[in-house]
Amino acid sequence: MSDRPPVLTMTAISKFFPGVRALDGVDFRLFPGEVHALMGENGAGKSTLIKVLTGVYGADAGTITLDGAPVSFSGPMQATAAGVSTVYQEVNLCPNLSVAENIFIGRQPGRLGSVRWREMRRRASALLARLDLDIDVGELLGNYSLAVQQMVAIARAVDVQARVLILDEPTSSLDSDEVAQLMRIMRQLRDEGIAILFVTHFLDQVYGIADRITVLRNGRLVGEYPTAELPQFALVEKMIGKELDTLERLDERAGRDRAAVEAAAPVVEATDLGRSGSVAPFSLTIHRGEVVGLAGLLGSGRTEVARLFFGADRADQGRLAVDGRPASIRGPIAAIERNIAFCSENRRTEGLVGELSVRENIILALQAARGWLRPVPRRRQDELVRRYIEALSIRPADPDMPVRNLSGGNQQKVVLARWLITEPRLLILDEPTRGIDIGAKTEIQRLVVQLSDDGMAVLFISAELEEVLRLSHKVAVMRDRHLVTELANDESLDAERVMRVIASGAEQKERDEA
Amino acid sequence: MSTTELTGRLARPARWRLPRRQVPVLVSLALLLVMYAIGVSQYRAFSNIQVIFNVFIDSGFLLVVAVGMTFVILTGGIDLSVGSVVAMTAMVSAALLREGMPSALVLLIALLIGPTLGFLMGCVIHFFEIQPFIVTLAGMFFARGLCTWISSVSIPITDGFWTGAAQERIRIGENFVTVSVLVTIAVVAVAAYTLAYTRLGRNVYAIGGNPQSALLMGLPVGRTRIAVYTISGLCSAIGGILLSFYTLSGAPLIAVGMELDAIAAVVIGGTLLTGGAGYVLGTVLGVLVLGVIQTLITFDGTLNSWWTKIVIGGLLFAFIVLQRLLGFRKK
Repeated sequence: MSDRPPVLTMTAISKFFPGVRALDGVDFRLFPGEVHALMGENGAGKSTLIKVLTGVYGADAGTITLDGAPVSFSGPMQATAAGVSTVYQEVNLCPNLSVAENIFIGRQPGRLGSVRWREMRRRASALLARLDLDIDVGELLGNYSLAVQQMVAIARAVDVQARVLILDEPTSSLDSDEVAQLMRIMRQLRDEGIAILFVTHFLDQVYGIADRITVLRNGRLVGEYPTAELPQFALVEKMIGKELDTLERLDERAGRDRAAVEAAAPVVEATDLGRSGSVAPFSLTIHRGEVVGLAGLLGSGRTEVARLFFGADRADQGRLAVDGRPASIRGPIAAIERNIAFCSENRRTEGLVGELSVRENIILALQAARGWLRPVPRRRQDELVRRYIEALSIRPADPDMPVRNLSGGNQQKVVLARWLITEPRLLILDEPTRGIDIGAKTEIQRLVVQLSDDGMAVLFISAELEEVLRLSHKVAVMRDRHLVTELANDESLDAERVMRVIASGAEQKERDEA
Repeated sequence: MSTTELTGRLARPARWRLPRRQVPVLVSLALLLVMYAIGVSQYRAFSNIQVIFNVFIDSGFLLVVAVGMTFVILTGGIDLSVGSVVAMTAMVSAALLREGMPSALVLLIALLIGPTLGFLMGCVIHFFEIQPFIVTLAGMFFARGLCTWISSVSIPITDGFWTGAAQERIRIGENFVTVSVLVTIAVVAVAAYTLAYTRLGRNVYAIGGNPQSALLMGLPVGRTRIAVYTISGLCSAIGGILLSFYTLSGAPLIAVGMELDAIAAVVIGGTLLTGGAGYVLGTVLGVLVLGVIQTLITFDGTLNSWWTKIVIGGLLFAFIVLQRLLGFRKK
């Protein structure tokens, strides 16, 4: 690999924003026929580096060479024309057009200004066949899964004779089979000699495919390493720049104080609570200071359970008691009145108002609980917001920054702060750490532990079993919309056992169907 | 899991696949056929092919305007100025002809006014990022105001070319069509070709599907957006000329509300109001549906002509609900 000259070299790239040194003398190189992972926490400068490369931003210092010749792109269009294509996390194609058209629009094969549809479909089929994707190119793009759409986006990118392909978190919304498919295509393109710059938060994907890793931290280059020579923990250490002792300390606490917690008064008790078509009747008790983990596959009914507790969906059977008294929670407002808080998994669409500032977003739920006729005094707002920005280390620590300018992890912390400020007794966290970097993840996990130590009951939903096991006193396992069992989180419980419980149900179901 | 198996699983379109893109158009076609069948079963004269030709003769100008509107709606926009531009075109033609200007020159000027106004509105919409609704509403008042400024009363047209075009009957067997019908057919053909086979046309669909993506895919979004309002202006101008052939006059208050008829025809023709899906052929069917309703009510003789509006209203509701249902399945 290294015997060939790099296709792309970025040397001493610096980029300043008012008050921020986004990139500071970063070097980066990319060889033909390699997958190169660009790693770093949120705010480390990955996105900025990509934007400088593709011409969205101009660099304040440094040079970029493509095939040895210095280049400076005026924008993504020009970069694409020069062979540097980008595929973004959100699929930027038109769902109302056919697959073939999405690949070729803007450069359709034609004669005298007339689009030659048959030629276009033929070439699209050939191109997708090269990616080993056998789909009907005449079908509307919107009729295919997100994974296929993502691959069509890649097909569009590589058709323009791309020599450099930038994949910016392409796997965030794909399931594991789809990720495998995408990886296969990446390998194939790599073998054809395309240089792939891969940005992702998933460490196992990096170790599954990347040949080399470049790590950034706080806008500076930490180093470039062959993947084989950089063990995972070393990578994480380099990314967050501190020892992993916090995570380890958390690990020790699993199973601690379980007896004490179970002796505490229950905050909520669900008895045969259910909703037809959504979740089968289940019983679950959450005590003061207890963290209950909810494990299960995607679509197993985890979120649905949370929505029943919060009143976002109404139960049509069973009983729910809050503080020992029967309660019928008719909607989120009733839940908030009973001090139940719910951080939804879609923080962008259901949780935050992007245009409002950090302060306004944090105050929102408190204000709603007080009613709009009694505004929270500004001084009290400032004080509360300052306290939570500090406690959750929200960065940048500027209460007047619009929330949409924050990174994913920090947005998640703002959502958390908003609910914490109402001092809930039951906090429901639905995938609070998905898509955020390891540092923010650790902070959120530490916060959950601290909150439960202070007596808050927490229902913690996550697809990552390690995380569930690290935090929970007990783990409730969901399977096919049934709560199948509760497992006490003691020394004998590990991820494998939980997985067996999740999986054994699947086996049983197959037998039933057979 | 093997690779082929995986590809098979992933590649299968999801189970809730959209009905074929043509479904709304087929619904319009079925509706038209049902109405025609009702007409034929009720009235013997209805089966005369001239009835269909008359629909084209009587609503050719509406069809031309609706074709322009189709371009705009496909991008997700709207053009409220078309009725006023139609009136203004007829008005300017009548006024200039009265002054004794040669008819060829009048034709050229009349055909330039509409697209110019459309171009300007498109520029405002694109460069200042203002809602098309507001911009074209302003255009509507502006053009209507100009009509009344030119003359507050109707101006008759006596020019030889105009009267010739109005009275010329082109025989087809036992029946006939007018010059307007030929112009209309030409406009429809050119528009259908443009949307299906040119980059401009495909860009119109892309912008209607997702303007943000269209921009990132490197498509000329601004140019296309300005183009569709210019095209709509041109179609309104042609519609205005056809209307002046039909009425042989220019009147300040003619074609009031025609923008709404055009929008109704486009929607009944199966084009999504949110943009990105629809066909010129659908718009033709939409205009025919409106024309056949009108004819049915004329044939009946006892019904008030406002029944036309009531039926159109009901159909519009039905089609918008249909669009919504199809849209829901998309999610």
